[in-house]
Amino acid sequence: MHGTLCDFLSDIVQNSIEADAKRIVVTIAERKDTMAFSVQDDGKGMTGEVLRKAQDPFYTDGVKHKRRKVGLGIPFLIQTVESVGGSFSLSSTPGCGTRLEFSFNLGHIDCPPLGNLPATLMGVFGYPGDQEVVVQRTLETSAGGDSYQVSKTEMLEVLGDLSQSGSLNLLREYLQSQETALDELRNHA
Amino acid sequence: MAKMTLEELRKLRDTKKVEIQKRDISGKDSQIIIGMGTCGIAAGAKVVLDAFLKELDTHHIENVSVTQTGCMGLCYVEPTVEVLSPGMPPVIYGKVDANVARLIIEEHIMHSRMVSEHVFDRPSTDIIKDGGK
Repeated sequence: MHGTLCDFLSDIVQNSIEADAKRIVVTIAERKDTMAFSVQDDGKGMTGEVLRKAQDPFYTDGVKHKRRKVGLGIPFLIQTVESVGGSFSLSSTPGCGTRLEFSFNLGHIDCPPLGNLPATLMGVFGYPGDQEVVVQRTLETSAGGDSYQVSKTEMLEVLGDLSQSGSLNLLREYLQSQETALDELRNHA
Repeated sequence: MAKMTLEELRKLRDTKKVEIQKRDISGKDSQIIIGMGTCGIAAGAKVVLDAFLKELDTHHIENVSVTQTGCMGLCYVEPTVEVLSPGMPPVIYGKVDANVARLIIEEHIMHSRMVSEHVFDRPSTDIIKDGGK
């Protein structure tokens, strides 16, 4: 079971990468007591039948692990969303891509903590492969709103190879500074 | 605190580059690969990824490649980490936490000594072609 909301995001983005996506757009929208995520990819997509089965913990496509009979990523997410009064939707078109949206009610007593968002996004950008990843983060509070957007392309251009420890540490520092600005706004609201 | 701009990030990168050139970094071109499947994430692989990077930063090591992969098939000993280091056999470590990550950097990466109690020698047979040997 995943311990933080960020763990679900990492897991879902990894699904997009394994579905051969070339472009993944992640949105993270925080508003009052709600944290809403969406992950949209242009990967291989799923048929209606597979889409339905992907929500069953005792289903896996069998490609990677021939003898295994479980696939827990999406079922873990659905379980948590249902237990905290959040929302979940999954739509997909074979050959075009998949869109997954999920939100959590932060005020619910069973809602897991957010986790380390800068470190999570560092992992999302640092995942090997030539896929573009765009993250759009927004925060709305009673004292106003703030947002930032980061793309893997611009990070590659500024930092170079995103597999090197030095680059990744700088990337986290950059993402941390974006989140710190949002934290300050939240604390003043 | 204002958000860091891309220009500021670029300057920081250039400063680091100069620092790296000043140091003797030979023999440290290692590769650390962290299993980041559902199993790995649930067992704390992201904390481990972060711990590796912070430890490398503490020792001012900038040129170790730290990458992620999906499930390596060793779900029962997650988080799993493969370490490829010059002059050392490829090793898969299991049950890695932040403390073991620190040991791997200090022992395996910096002093070419394996952290024996956490070694698992290869991926499980069900993800090796034809089940391996």
